[in-house]
Amino acid sequence: MFLETVAHEGATFFHLAPLAVFVPLLGVLLNAFFGRRWGERGVAIVAVGASGFAFVIAVLQALSLMAHPEGAVVPIAEWITIGDLRVAWAQKIDTLSVTMMLVVSGVGTLIHIYAVSYMHYDVRYKGDPGRYARFFVYFNLFIAMMMILVTGDSYLTLFVGWEGVGLCSFLLIGFWYEMDILGRPSTANARAAMKAFVVNRVGDAGFLLAMFLTFWFFGSLQFDEVFPRVHEVAAEHPWVLLAISLLLLLGVTGKSAQIPLFVWLPDAMAGPTPVSALIHAATMVTAGVYLITRSHEIYAAAPMAQEIAAMVGGLTALVAASMAVSQYDIKKVLAYSTISQLGFMVAAVGMGAFVAGMFHLVTHAFFKALLFLGSGSVIIALERAHHPLPEEGGHGHEHDEHGHHAEHHDEHEPFNPQDMRVMGGLLKRIPVTAWTYIIAALALAGIPPLAGFWSKDEILLEAKHLQPVVYALLSAAAFLTAFYITRQVLMVFFGKPRSEAAAHAVESPRLMTGVLVTLAVLSAVGGFMNAPGVHAFGHWLEHTLGHVPVLEFDPVVAGVSTLIGLVAIFLAWRVYRATFAWTEWSQDPLRRYLRGLYDVLAHAWYWDELYQVVFVRGYRALAGFLAFAVDWTFWHDWFHDVLIAGGYRRLSRFLSQPVDLGIIDGIANGLGNSVRGLALVMRRLQSGYVRNYALAVMLGVVSMLVYVAWALR
Amino acid sequence: MLWQYVPIAIMLVLSMGLAALIVALGHLVGPSRPTHRKMIPYESGMVPIGPGMRRQPIRFYRIAMLFLLFDIEVVFLLPWAVVSRKLGLFGFIEALIFIAILLVGYLYAWKGGALEWE
Amino acid sequence: MTVPVTWQDVAALLPEFFLVVWASALLLLDVFWIREKRTTAWLSALGFVVALVLAVGQMGRAPLLAFRGMVIADAFSVFLVALFALSGLVGILLAQDYLARNGIERGEFYVLLMFSVVGMMLMARVADLVMIFLALELFSLPLYVMTGFARPRADSEEAALKYFLLGAFASGFMAFGIALVYGATSTTSLPHMVDVIQAGEADLALLTAGAALVLTGLGFKIATVPFHMWTPDVYHGAPSPVSGFMAATAKMAGFAALLRLFVLVFPVVADLTPVLWALAALSMVLGNVAAIAQRNIKRLLAYSSIAHAGYMLSAAVAFADPHLGPQAVAAILFYLVAYVLATFGAWGVVILLERRIGQEGLLLEDYAGLSRQYPGLAAAMAVFMLSFIGVPPTLGFFGKFYLFRVVLDAGFVGLALIGVLTSLVSAYYYLRVVMLMYMKPGEPIVRREPRVQATVLAAAALTLFLGLTAASSLYAWATEAILRFG
Repeated sequence: MFLETVAHEGATFFHLAPLAVFVPLLGVLLNAFFGRRWGERGVAIVAVGASGFAFVIAVLQALSLMAHPEGAVVPIAEWITIGDLRVAWAQKIDTLSVTMMLVVSGVGTLIHIYAVSYMHYDVRYKGDPGRYARFFVYFNLFIAMMMILVTGDSYLTLFVGWEGVGLCSFLLIGFWYEMDILGRPSTANARAAMKAFVVNRVGDAGFLLAMFLTFWFFGSLQFDEVFPRVHEVAAEHPWVLLAISLLLLLGVTGKSAQIPLFVWLPDAMAGPTPVSALIHAATMVTAGVYLITRSHEIYAAAPMAQEIAAMVGGLTALVAASMAVSQYDIKKVLAYSTISQLGFMVAAVGMGAFVAGMFHLVTHAFFKALLFLGSGSVIIALERAHHPLPEEGGHGHEHDEHGHHAEHHDEHEPFNPQDMRVMGGLLKRIPVTAWTYIIAALALAGIPPLAGFWSKDEILLEAKHLQPVVYALLSAAAFLTAFYITRQVLMVFFGKPRSEAAAHAVESPRLMTGVLVTLAVLSAVGGFMNAPGVHAFGHWLEHTLGHVPVLEFDPVVAGVSTLIGLVAIFLAWRVYRATFAWTEWSQDPLRRYLRGLYDVLAHAWYWDELYQVVFVRGYRALAGFLAFAVDWTFWHDWFHDVLIAGGYRRLSRFLSQPVDLGIIDGIANGLGNSVRGLALVMRRLQSGYVRNYALAVMLGVVSMLVYVAWALR
Repeated sequence: MLWQYVPIAIMLVLSMGLAALIVALGHLVGPSRPTHRKMIPYESGMVPIGPGMRRQPIRFYRIAMLFLLFDIEVVFLLPWAVVSRKLGLFGFIEALIFIAILLVGYLYAWKGGALEWE
Repeated sequence: MTVPVTWQDVAALLPEFFLVVWASALLLLDVFWIREKRTTAWLSALGFVVALVLAVGQMGRAPLLAFRGMVIADAFSVFLVALFALSGLVGILLAQDYLARNGIERGEFYVLLMFSVVGMMLMARVADLVMIFLALELFSLPLYVMTGFARPRADSEEAALKYFLLGAFASGFMAFGIALVYGATSTTSLPHMVDVIQAGEADLALLTAGAALVLTGLGFKIATVPFHMWTPDVYHGAPSPVSGFMAATAKMAGFAALLRLFVLVFPVVADLTPVLWALAALSMVLGNVAAIAQRNIKRLLAYSSIAHAGYMLSAAVAFADPHLGPQAVAAILFYLVAYVLATFGAWGVVILLERRIGQEGLLLEDYAGLSRQYPGLAAAMAVFMLSFIGVPPTLGFFGKFYLFRVVLDAGFVGLALIGVLTSLVSAYYYLRVVMLMYMKPGEPIVRREPRVQATVLAAAALTLFLGLTAASSLYAWATEAILRFG
């Protein structure tokens, strides 16, 4: 058989690895230039095809690795050569990077397929169907960037991907940049995108500093050159590795939304739901976990950094889980849940349990993507019930889709299809979505034998041995996790419908539910790849991470964590049982028990407000001081206005006008008037702006000097 | 000779040309559909605070300019003072002429009202 | 330490010294005692007369390096200093009535004009790079202020600010060029520099680059393309007498320094010949073509002045030829005289027709019918226009004749061809003014201002008379105005 041949006879496909980057990029170009012409079907075929191709490449890499587990470095191009700094763009193919490739392209492709149908509705409900192609341009670009990130063989290449996915995240959060999540004109989404970008800059600054330090002390940024010398450098300058690993951790807290930089992720839910699933749950935000795992040799040499990373992860897991308990927005719950689960992973890789962390990364990608896609399916179901698209024969007008929306709901708060308070009883209306959702929820809650149980259990097991404090934090977080996800499931799918829309919700199209079912299967059985006694995943990663001691399966730990989960589920059922009879949401039952604390949690511990006061206002004060005290002077206006802004704009005009006018006028006027035409052209040049005149002087001088240089060569 | 700088010149021309090309391309190829929201100064998403232009009283600059003027001129007296003995009477007269010219300017500024605050 | 300065040094700069003292005194007199601003005008005019006499008194003396080689009094500089003194006088004659009638007469104007003239005189005297820069700034700064003298008229202030900013910009290049030249030769003194260059110790590459940058600074002052763009706006926005004064004298000052530098010091940078060629050609073409499209007489004269800078520069293209150098200098000096006369005259007519400052009476149509009501004035204007075109027997014809002869002798046939062809083009817009005055009916309103009228008529008479009778002797005189260092 073909695969057998590959695995045993040593044929490799490593040289195909660059295609995993370039094919999605090709998809970007094709859809960017021809997307509008091809229509939705063409766009979808190109985008899904590009992503699927990347997945095929990733699978081929995995097969090749089975025969050659040592991997390969695939050079693509010489990139930077400055003095001693030589950076080649090469791809490092080993079991770690291929794991990431498989997750990114595999889950990515599934979400692409889902988005084909989802975005069809979304662009229509938001009132701009022309943006369909743009979405997939960004989506493909994200896949390409993520591939660059995970296959980079040096910190610099990794950083390129790191920034690239950050850019895609920015673009996709702000995809509906001119409105808020309810479609009202606002800068809310744009601000959410900006917040994500700016907060990530803080983390990136740490990453950059870490790279500078690395280059300073190791003389290279290549993984293969840095890691072998870790012990050598650690012996000479013990503090360097601590500094590098802590600065890297700062980068991780930005990208993977850990304390203190997690604040951007809840706001990032402003992006369309597939974006939340792919970028802000399954892949991009796990880049930080990947980074720590990739740098495991550095972390191993800095035990203090390991402790700090584990504590950061543990605290984030607990804090974020507590915040998720009191949210009403279906996606916000999942956002805080993602932060919390990322905390689990960071804690794991921080402690040195790299296999456990990566394992959870993979299973989490399955069930969290499923949860987000399920929530998207719920949202679309409610939207469609609320006012169907004209093609579905509903009561909407043929062309005035958006106007219709506004007409009916201007007086009061517009219908919010993401608000769990208007849901309820959806289990009967949209059974496929509901059941897959429940499977994912149970996986998240850590109920055996679903995927989440195995990976979480492994993390808890490691934590118990390595850092008991973190073990306690994570157990508490696991309790809250099971609680909030049960609360969500009960609020969304059980009880009575609490709105017209919920009562008439319709199941999503096959394309979407098909993806949900696929992911549900993965969430159910995905855990067995590293289940006790199997440990295929651990052995697979061993080729990259070195020998990993396998901890003995501990029935006590597993039992306790299962018990915690079950108790939490039971408690949630007890608390929310009362709401099953409601037809309209009133005060949250949990509030009766928690009182003031509930509001604190609902406001995410006032974390944003704190940052607002400390950083934003402080920064504004500083900026205000600079602006009022320094800026409002002749020099600023003159320099900024006249020289830079104007000069640049005028330059383009200066360049375009003579050409434009010169050619067109010359032909139009004919020979007789050509002199006069030329004079008019010159009069146009005489614009009256000092900057133009100065530019003319400048150009004159430059051409003179260029001539002189040429004459004296 | 200047041969060694030619790469820099080429670099300069190329970079400027590229910049011009990019601006021109954006100008020519890109669609331009200004809407109200796009025309708002959108500085990284911030809603601008306060007006961009503000009147400044000129008095401050006038005094500052005069101060600078006389201050800088006085600086020239320092090197003169260092070697004044060697320059002798002639140097002294030169310095007097220099100060006299300053004095003319000062008297003019004074009489012209440049030193009045109100 | 020896006393570095003698009375001989002072004598070499006597006109300048006198003017500085006179102007300083006048400044104080004006603020403290003089009520009637007209008195200041007369006193400054008197100062120029005295300076003219002093300058004429310097004629025929042996060349003299003064102030430790900073300046020189040679025949060339004396010729120009006399011309500058005369120009100052004319400038005041043109300005006084205009300023008074527009309510912007302030004593400072005359003082500034005097300082500016001193700067220009020093431009003709320079024997040191530092001095070039100082003189350049000394004559420029008052011009900036005078440009904005019609305060608070916005266009005047705008013109002043523009002129100042761009002037500062160009001065920057100039200073950089001076630095490079110094770097190439390790001296700022021009006579020393000649020695260094002849000894072959100069770094030619640096010297060439420096010379190119110095050319930028001077090219800005004489308004050659592509350093010309300020000219139309500034001439348009400035009060007309200031524009006329600038058009005539700033160009002279720029050429004075340019000729001294390029003919005496820089022949070695022959590599710049094509650069000068290009500047001259561009100025002639662009100045003349752009003038065609103008409807405002001030802008028309501005573009015309750019074109004339190009003509003069075309003779300077031969600077690297040791045999043609003196001839080129003579031709340019001659052309300058012709150009200055016609410029002052033409601007005088503009001043007479300008009804309200910067507003009425400045369009070409306003000149329609001038010949009916004011035949003398129209005839004078026609003479200036013809002189600008270069129609015999006006002085302008001889100016072009001598210029193009040098250009042809130097072998730049293409440049001469461009010059002749653009002269033909220029006839189109100059003659349009004449046509309007003589063939179109109209009711032009003209001021009765005897001093201005007299100046205009005198300029016209000189343009015609010198052209008819004394062109060759004037040229001979210009030929004697040789540049040298000791």
